[in-house]
Amino acid sequence: MRLDVIQSARSDMEQACAAIGRLVQVMEVCGTHTVALFRHGIRSMLPANLKLLSGPGCPVCVTDQGYIDTVIDLARRPDCLIATYGDMIRVPGRNTSLERLTLPNVRVVLSSDDAVALARKHPDKTVVFIAVGFETTTPATAVAIRQAQELGLKNFTVLCGHKRVLPAMHALLSGRNDKIDAFLCPGHVSVILGSRAYESVVDNFNRPCVVAGFEAEQILMGLAKICRQIADNRPAVDSVYSLAVRPEGNPVAVGIIDQVFETCDGPWRGLGCIPDGALRMREQYTDFDAQKRFGIEQFPTEEPGGCECGKVLCGLVEPSQCGLFGKKCTPDHPVGPCMVSTEGACAAWYKYQR
Amino acid sequence: MTELSDTILLAHGGGGRLMSDLISKTIGPRVYSSAPALTDAAEISVDDCRILFTTDSFVVQPLFFPGGDIGKLAVCGTVNDLAVSGAEPLALSLALIIEEGFPTADLERILDSIGKTAHRAHVAIATGDTKVVEKGAADGIFINTAGIGRKKLAASLGFHRIEPGDAVLINGTLGDHGMTIMSRRQELALQSPLQSDCASLNELIALLLEELSDQVKFMRDPTRGGLAAVTNEIVQACGCGIELIEDALPVDPAVRAAADILGFDILNIANEGKFIAVVSPEAQDAALEIMRKHPLGLKSAFIGQIGPKQPHSLVELTTRIGGQRIVQMPYGRELPRIC
Repeated sequence: MRLDVIQSARSDMEQACAAIGRLVQVMEVCGTHTVALFRHGIRSMLPANLKLLSGPGCPVCVTDQGYIDTVIDLARRPDCLIATYGDMIRVPGRNTSLERLTLPNVRVVLSSDDAVALARKHPDKTVVFIAVGFETTTPATAVAIRQAQELGLKNFTVLCGHKRVLPAMHALLSGRNDKIDAFLCPGHVSVILGSRAYESVVDNFNRPCVVAGFEAEQILMGLAKICRQIADNRPAVDSVYSLAVRPEGNPVAVGIIDQVFETCDGPWRGLGCIPDGALRMREQYTDFDAQKRFGIEQFPTEEPGGCECGKVLCGLVEPSQCGLFGKKCTPDHPVGPCMVSTEGACAAWYKYQR
Repeated sequence: MTELSDTILLAHGGGGRLMSDLISKTIGPRVYSSAPALTDAAEISVDDCRILFTTDSFVVQPLFFPGGDIGKLAVCGTVNDLAVSGAEPLALSLALIIEEGFPTADLERILDSIGKTAHRAHVAIATGDTKVVEKGAADGIFINTAGIGRKKLAASLGFHRIEPGDAVLINGTLGDHGMTIMSRRQELALQSPLQSDCASLNELIALLLEELSDQVKFMRDPTRGGLAAVTNEIVQACGCGIELIEDALPVDPAVRAAADILGFDILNIANEGKFIAVVSPEAQDAALEIMRKHPLGLKSAFIGQIGPKQPHSLVELTTRIGGQRIVQMPYGRELPRIC
């Protein structure tokens, strides 16, 4: 912790925001940033005219309800063993959630490796790995699929809900919320994609993109750089996380994603269908595709009434502006997915700043 | 606030909001003749003698972990509930529910640990019960201990004594037990292995009460739900806010690293050898001096202050970089079966 760095970032931010002289809205794309911002109390330290918007970067939050319902349907099948990351079990579908169903065939795993291990341990069941997340978790899913193929595992499948961050940033600026002045870009996704990936946002939309890790110093330094770029009207890609993030990213990880998955249009909760915003498994891995294995046509989508998660994810409203927030929708009884995940904007808001 | 769900969730046992709802709305009205004070131990007066009575069940997995085992935990947990209530623990009961097929060697190891821990805490195992259930009906072994203690004459503890300006103290590092169990379960390969803080606190607490009895106003052990749960309970019960200082919270670096990796907030993590003491500000230095002289209090620290009484008081944390945030009652699902 370097207090001098924090102090100088704060004064840079104050000066830049004073020079800008209007409301500045910066979107932190990723849920990990949302939580870190609250945890460090950073929101309480910002210039008055700097507003942070929580973006669509929490995997659980942007997973549409149809996908959740499909998972619940599969969980009811006695021949399936569901392997899921912990956050997903609490997300409500139309009627219930995996947590409330308390079915014996739902296992919480910490990694895709654990899901493969489950398949080896339970040859009598078909393991369905609930694969959600962005470029940070996709390589691990790809490795697991390759591993299952090498092992000749017939009972390992993946219900692919993986999404791509950059098309969502483009989609936001293409009509969903043109009030976003800049993006604070997530360190871990950028490790994979490389900082250069954000050049398209700068080139097409003139919005600053600054990559930061999740420590308080980095977040504040990143915000200071963003404010300075806006004040000088010189939007660019920059990084305060250069030790871990290379301009070209991690070609090995990108390569394995590319080997196993191909880009497709896909539904994002709150943002609708985003061109190139999702991934599906390539033809040669069809055997491992749960959607094909169980003949699931497509995930039907339906949003719960009154829930503003969609607008929250676009940065159009703050969680507390939703009519359900803190009343019908709480972490104990979540209605929308943003209240479920610990990285969801509503849950973080409820936890740290009611 | 919320309706009970159709089935009991793991989170109902997690020491957070769901559990306090279950106790106050579902269990309480059906079984208590009067509203329970929701303290760690109940006070019963027998003639002129004030007895404290408590019970606790232990279902931890794994049964053996660095720094302890389910047996040690079963003794320390009940001893500590009595000690933080201002009692000198006298005797425990010991009830075992054992799953068919459980290795005898493991049982002996657990029983030896119970005997040794009870001996060290100067408390007798006075009575017991043993049941064996079919394979699958329990997970290895479950243990219940109940305990009685003699209320120390000088001790007058309770939420009602807490006042604005009082100091909040802790006897050492936060989160050691919960993160030890979790990193064991997740097979985290950490360079420096974590160790549970599982310990009987009655000796340390007795020292504190002997010297400063009327200045010590409230004590509680932050087990499930951690410091976040205890501080929120204090705020709910006495109406005063609490201001915690992140920089002052003692946390072992390896425990912090494990919590960061697994995405846990150290404030919500369970402890099994720690207590929070609320003391008058004048007694703060003396209390810390007494606590730091005891092996279980070497890293004792002042971690925050009781704030003013207001309609919607909160637990607030001043972060290391000088920001502010609130600390909520945890939901309860973070760490099932840690004790």
